[in-house]
Amino acid sequence: MDVLRALTENRLWRSVVRHGVRGTNRNRVMLVMENIFLHLHSAKVRRRSLEISSTYYLGGISLTLFAILTITGLMLMLYYHPSVPQAYDDMKELQFVVSNGVFLRNMHRWAAHAMVLAVFFHMLRVFYHKAYRPPREFNWVVGVVLLLLTLLLSYTGYLLPWDQLAFWGVSVGTNMVKAMPVLGPAFRFLLLGGNIVGENALLRFYVLHCVFLPLALVLGVAVHLWRVRKDGGIAGSSGLRRADAGKIP
Amino acid sequence: MSQFRLEKNNDARAVPRRIALIRREAPARLLEGREEVRMAAPHLLVREVILIQICVVVLAVASLLFDAPLEGIADPSNTPNPAKAPWYFLGLQELLHYFPPIVAGVLLPALAIIGVVVIPYFRINVEAVGFYERPWRRSLAILGAVTAPVSVLLVAYRVWAVLVPTLLIFSLLALPAVPRCPGAWRRRLSRVPLSDWIMTWFVAVASILTLIGIFFRGPGWTWTWPWRDGIF
Repeated sequence: MDVLRALTENRLWRSVVRHGVRGTNRNRVMLVMENIFLHLHSAKVRRRSLEISSTYYLGGISLTLFAILTITGLMLMLYYHPSVPQAYDDMKELQFVVSNGVFLRNMHRWAAHAMVLAVFFHMLRVFYHKAYRPPREFNWVVGVVLLLLTLLLSYTGYLLPWDQLAFWGVSVGTNMVKAMPVLGPAFRFLLLGGNIVGENALLRFYVLHCVFLPLALVLGVAVHLWRVRKDGGIAGSSGLRRADAGKIP
Repeated sequence: MSQFRLEKNNDARAVPRRIALIRREAPARLLEGREEVRMAAPHLLVREVILIQICVVVLAVASLLFDAPLEGIADPSNTPNPAKAPWYFLGLQELLHYFPPIVAGVLLPALAIIGVVVIPYFRINVEAVGFYERPWRRSLAILGAVTAPVSVLLVAYRVWAVLVPTLLIFSLLALPAVPRCPGAWRRRLSRVPLSDWIMTWFVAVASILTLIGIFFRGPGWTWTWPWRDGIF
């Protein structure tokens, strides 16, 4: 304890962390409120919203997966050139030259699939718990936009390895865009930077995948979490429980 | 009883202990007003740290066991058969097999997205009242009148993958209306709100189409059995 006290009760430590380490409620509140990374939390949460069955932690899982994807994605960017055929050669390089390159790519790939699933299940949880009811209507809409952004992120990333799977998967998908009346062909041209999935498409998907869409997602997540706080914290299943509903709470 | 007096007053100082009668469709915030609370630090933060650790460990183990697929370099002149989109779009690709692209690739996904976005702005979704806990005969008749022509259309286009879940879920919905329905089933089913029925139908259709697209479609988008022919 003396070591802990010596470490935490000096000028240097206190200039960074202003509250003490003793387990008082004041310190616990300040730990959350005074920390930029934690301040999206409220100082107190409802006991029931901590239960697994309230949220199944699906929003938290989605956010965690996005963090893992950001970190592994940044590391993959160090080894990747968005050009033909260098992009594919870089995949081989990851496989045979880079230490743990395959592990890095696997991690990114499986986290991406898992995130699509997690965000989808998160939406289902919110729906079946009726957690979108007023005042949370707008946050549901933000959530739908985040689901679409997640799909787009996953889809743009799908092209980057530049193997047969990537090329034809994206060809099939962008051909669906062409079916859109009036704007379809023009939109497809804009997306691909040409009429075929080629070098321009790879560069565009790379920029969308690594810069534009992640920024949009981070912005959206910020709004989403902010609204969760402003609308009274997460809505677990409690609004739905029949024992409570229609009776005196 | 005489020591309690019921008073109708909104002033918290005059009437310190108040009761409120809240209807089921009331905003969720009212129902959650007075609840037991915990400090976010440590109760919530510890759970978050554990969650992050579990996610990282599970993903790391999965990444050690299973390698991400990598095929030969992209070759525009060599079309694989079948050419499949990523798995989350295979439901759409499966629809494309039945309907023209403008319907399957544009109209239906657009309708699905709009439908999902407007959910909280419709009264039917905001109420959590079971389908049979309110006057239901008219609603059931309307639903039947919608389901029938849709089913005919699905038969005409031979979309069995959508027809079967549609009929199955409509039968479950209509089951409590049948006089000989077992009591336990009736109790459970009659409490499900209409919004949940619709969402369950949507999720069932989307999942079945996606699973068929992933596992049961082979060269030329013909039907294949994954245990006999493998997964394409």
